[in-house]
Order: sequence, then C-alpha cells, then structure tokens
Amino acid sequence: MQVTQPDPARVSSTALMSVSGLTKHFPVTRGVIFQRRVGLVRSVDDVSFDVARGETLGIVGESGCGKTTTARMLVRLIEPTAGQIMFDGRDITHLRAGAMRPLRREVQMIFQDPYSSLNPRHTVGAIVGAPFRLQKVKTEKGTKQSVQELLELVGLSPEHYNRYPHEFSGGQRQRIGIARTLALRPKLIVADEPVSALDVSIQAQVINLLADLQAELGLTYVIIAHDLSVIRHVCDEVAVMYLGNLVERARRADLYERPRHPYTVALLSAVPRPEPLQRTQDGRRDRRERIRLTGDVPSPLNPPSACRFHTRCWKAQEVCRTVPPPLAELAPGHYVACHFPENTPAPS
Amino acid sequence: MMAGRRDRAKSLVTGPEPGPETSTDASGPRRSSLLEVSDLRIQFSTDDGVVKAVDGVSFTVDRGRTLGIVGESGSGKSVTSLGIMGLHSGGNARISGKIWLDGEELVDASPTRVRQLRGSKMAMIFQDPLSALHPYYTVGYQIAEAYLIHNKVGKKAARAHAIEMLERVGIPNPQARVDDYPHQFSGGMRQRTMIAMALSCDPELLIADEPTTALDVTVQAQILDLISELQEEFHSAVIIITHDLGVVAELADDIMVMYAGKMAEYGTSEDIFNRPGHPYAWGLLGSMPRLDQARTDRLIPIPGTPPSLINVPSGCPFHPRCSYAATTNGRCVSEVPLPRSVGLDHEVACHLSIDEQRQNWADLVAQAAPAASHGEDT
Repeated sequence: MQVTQPDPARVSSTALMSVSGLTKHFPVTRGVIFQRRVGLVRSVDDVSFDVARGETLGIVGESGCGKTTTARMLVRLIEPTAGQIMFDGRDITHLRAGAMRPLRREVQMIFQDPYSSLNPRHTVGAIVGAPFRLQKVKTEKGTKQSVQELLELVGLSPEHYNRYPHEFSGGQRQRIGIARTLALRPKLIVADEPVSALDVSIQAQVINLLADLQAELGLTYVIIAHDLSVIRHVCDEVAVMYLGNLVERARRADLYERPRHPYTVALLSAVPRPEPLQRTQDGRRDRRERIRLTGDVPSPLNPPSACRFHTRCWKAQEVCRTVPPPLAELAPGHYVACHFPENTPAPS
Repeated sequence: MMAGRRDRAKSLVTGPEPGPETSTDASGPRRSSLLEVSDLRIQFSTDDGVVKAVDGVSFTVDRGRTLGIVGESGSGKSVTSLGIMGLHSGGNARISGKIWLDGEELVDASPTRVRQLRGSKMAMIFQDPLSALHPYYTVGYQIAEAYLIHNKVGKKAARAHAIEMLERVGIPNPQARVDDYPHQFSGGMRQRTMIAMALSCDPELLIADEPTTALDVTVQAQILDLISELQEEFHSAVIIITHDLGVVAELADDIMVMYAGKMAEYGTSEDIFNRPGHPYAWGLLGSMPRLDQARTDRLIPIPGTPPSLINVPSGCPFHPRCSYAATTNGRCVSEVPLPRSVGLDHEVACHLSIDEQRQNWADLVAQAAPAASHGEDT
C-alpha cells in the first residue's frame, strides 16, 4: 500500500492531533497452546488525518469499517500495528502505560453504550470523581464540590451525587459519562457513537450539550458515528471510512455538497429522507432515485484487492482491481482515494 | 370518544367526505378495511404497579396501504404490534378493546384460531434477525415450516417454496443457500430471510417492527426498497413500526405518532411532515438533524425524558415536556385530550385549538430555517 506522507504545510501548529499511516491488523489464531496464525483482520489500514484545535472531526462509515478501532487507537486503548499518532507535538504512538498516564488527562473518551460504561455498583459521585482519584488531582474546593459543578455543567442536578446509575435514563447516563470525561479538563475528547443508543428527542439534547461544552471549554472532538445526518450537524471536518481505508476526507460543506468518492455518494443517497411519500397516478410509490449498492460490506479478513470498494462500485474498472488509489487532494482540503471520482472534471 | 376515529375509518373506505352516520354499531366490523383496531388497551401488572403500555389506541389499515407507527422507546408501539399478532397470550398482559382482521375479531378469539391466522393471514418481521432466527435450523427449514403448517403440502413442495421465496427476496444462489444456517448469512441477508419467512404464506397483513434498525444504511436502503416492492406485488397491508422518521417517510402512507401508550397524532404522511398539529410531533421533527435541509446551528430538543408507564402524568401525558402546556389554563394537566379531527383524515390529541396549532407550527418553521423547504400552512 502506498503510504501518504503528511504534507509538512498541512501539519501546522493548529493540529492538536495528527495521525499518519495508522494501521491495525488483528491476527486470527487457531489452537490453544501452539497458536497458529491463520489469518489477519485488516481492521484499519494506512489511515491519516489531522484534528485541528477547537474543531470537530467526524469519522463515519458502516459497521466493520474500522472506525471504532481507530478511535480506540487514538486514546491508546489498542496498540497500533503501524503508523504514528502525534498529540500536541508529541509522538504518543508507543508510549508505555506510565508515560501515557499524564496524557490521559488531556485525551478522554465518551463511550457508546451508557448502560455498560458506568459501574452499576458505584454512585454517580464515585464515577465522576474517579478521574480525580486515579490521577491524584487535588481540586481547590475538594472533590465533591468539583463533581457537583461538573454535574451542573452537563445539565444534571448536584443532588444526584449519591444516586446510582440505574436510577437514571439513557440520556442522563450519557450525561454522567460526559461529566466524567470532563473532570480533568481534557483538550481532546474522542466520542464513539455518543448518541446512537438514545431516543431522537434525547439525542438532540446530548448533541446540543456537546456543542455548548465545546464553545465553553474550547474542546476538540473526534466523533465516530454511522449516522450521516448527526455527523453533518456536529462536525467541521468529515472522514469517510470503508473497510479499514479512509476513502474521503473534506470540510463538512464540501463533503455533503460535493461528495467525490462513489462510496460517499452512495452512502449519502441511501439515507432515508423525512419527506412525505408521494404516489403516482396509478398508486405506485414515487420514490426518490437513489444509488443502490448491492450486497454487503466484504469481510475485512479477506478484503478485496486494490480499491476495496470495487466489488460494490458501479464505476469500477480493471485499474480499480489492480492499483490501489492513493488519497489525493483533488481540491483544497478535499482528499479522495478513487480512480474515478465523482463531481470532478475528468483529468486531462 | 371514538367518533372522530370511526369517521376517519369510514372516509378512507368511502371517499373524500367523512361518513355522516355517526351512530355506527360499536361492535360491528368496518366494511373493507383489512385491519381495524379500536380502543386497544394492553396492561401488564408488575411488582411496581400496572404498566399501561397501550392505552386506548384506534386505527385502521387498508389493503395496499402502509401505516407507520412512530414513537420513542416505551411509547407502546411494539406492544401494539405484538397485541395484534396475539403474542401476549400466556403472559400477564390484560388486553381489552377490539381488533378486527378482515371482519374477524381477534381479542376474544380462541388461541387456536389466532394461531391459524398468525403466519398465514398476518405475519411479522422482527427487529433483530439474529435473535429471531433459530441458530440450530437451516434457513430453508425455517421458511418452509410455516408453509408446511398452513398448507397441505409435502416437504418437497415446501422446500421448493422456500427456495422460491429466497429468490424473491434477492438472495443470490438460493438453491445452495437454502441449506445454510443463519450464522452463515450477513445481517442484510438475515433480514431478507425474515421477510421471506413472513411472506411465505402470502399474508394480507404484514407488521414490520423496526425492520432496519439493526442494519447499516446502505443495507437499510435495500431492505426498504424490498419491502416496498413486495407490498406492491402482494398488495398487502403493512404496518411499519420505527423510531426513525426518515424510514417511515420512505414507506408510510399514513402515520400514527404515539406517546406514552396513547395516540398523539394521526394523519397522512404529508400531514405529519408538513402540517403537524401536536407539540410532540413538532418536537420530534425539530430534534432531528436532517440532510435534506440547510444545516442549523442548534437542534431544538424536547426537554425532559419520556414518562414511566406506571406513573403516567395526569391529563395529557406530554404536558410535563410541552412548552405550550401553560397556555391552556391547566387543562393539559387535568384533562386527557381526546383525538380531535383537524382536517381530513388528520387527528390530533391536544388541547390547543386548530388555529393555535397552525400558528405555532408556522412560527417554528420560520424560526428554524427561513429557507426551509416545508410547505406553509394554509
């Protein structure tokens, strides 16, 4: 695979986190004692992006595209196979646990499922106060006071301090999780599907809360989601992943108005629109034309050669099966890995 | 209390003007609606109290039409569908009201009779195909099972039918895949198998409970297209239950919005999206980020959380979260709003007057996005 070198001009001081060539392969083993390696799941392959200070990067893709693995590598919960993660000017790719600990204050994670990410035996006070305890941080007014301030910050009541997670609804639990990540005033928050487990009306509350906190505390977010409309709402820059590859990355408006990778085009076209159904004269449904992708996402255990999207792509030609398309900057700030991009004048 | 509802049912059948005869016999079935549900109530007794999961819901579905039931978790939409299928028997559910399927009453029917109808005349697609399919049997066996029970055919014919059904729902190479087990199928193929199972006996009523929630967006689009095509082919009545307004817009002719076990609003798809009258419907539409409209900086969420169905708030169940509840002199707190007709085939259970509803919605549209593509209220 061709490795895209980070452009020195692009990696400016505004990037809080900068990732290049990030790769994670999980071995598949057989046998108990003599573990033979029988395969390799290429979860994430050569992914590069920057996260600008104070902005939100969205990573979007279908299940199995490696977005969660990427998120976990960013916070160093998974050890990358290859590549480099720079955070605030430091290489944190292979920092050991001890060296990583002070950094944990600055990089925090919000998890998807507010039911399994809070310990049911701990009170809200203990959960939100845990970062202070673990990092041995003394706050001016004491831990309890700080925790209560955090609860207020995320829209909960300070009286909730002594309650247990089961007494709260899904949206409130997600707020507790957010309060915990904010405890140590991180610079970067990685949120893995922060709203997908919530009802629509509650989703909007949490999305607004994340936006308010960003404005108030100057946070930088990396948000992972499968919902393209949520991503459009919260992100400044969007990266689209397919089967472990980053296929397109652009500013929000560019990506949604002029998607260039066929997969992005298909993905956007597949989102159901909340517009009332029309019937034609003979009573048939008058449906919006959409690009239909056939089949399912192939297995990352044995991904298709070269461009991994070629098995489902309507524009695929011989070159797509043999030459991996490089991630090229087709327009300022708009990177696409495709031999035949859409919405682009044909190359001369 | 069901007068408006019956008129609507009638108007669906007889044409544009609502039926003038209001004294229809409350125990008689409607003429040609395939399914009519009237004042359905489903309650569960638990250690903490009685859960009123469905509380007086009425609607009709005609052949060839699709009804979408929309609501958040705990609004009673799945319980309603299970109630129609007769799948609450044996539990501790108490069901009252009437369900007529093609003129036949189901609530008081014998379990044997309901079992005969289930799978043949009415069928259901469940949310999670992995847990709804039996891991121990081949998909072919599971599709053929219902066909064997409801038709006098041999195993060979049933197997051939299963292959035919798999082909119809778009499984490539059905002759070989018929002997596969569910774990050998991908998520989208499993959901196709569920649809093949549901359609194997040509049901007249198909209930799809969150059929695409567990699927990726590109696969979801395939499944929605498939349901829509098959409905046109089989001319069956479909109820689609979902929390996703986008999914419901793709399929439904009529939409019922449920909140806390009650109907909040009922109307055509166009009514619900272009002239919604219930503050909860406004809330749902406002809190949803949309790709088809200009991006707004802030969503307008509904404050608070859905109520517990054991302690449903007095009066209108939505009043603690409703920003208009203060404008009705306490009626919202003390009096349960009954469904009221606000237009042809359009009912709203809200104390606000029709003019107030229209004005408030117009204000919300103007406030959200001046250039939005919503139709103005006339």
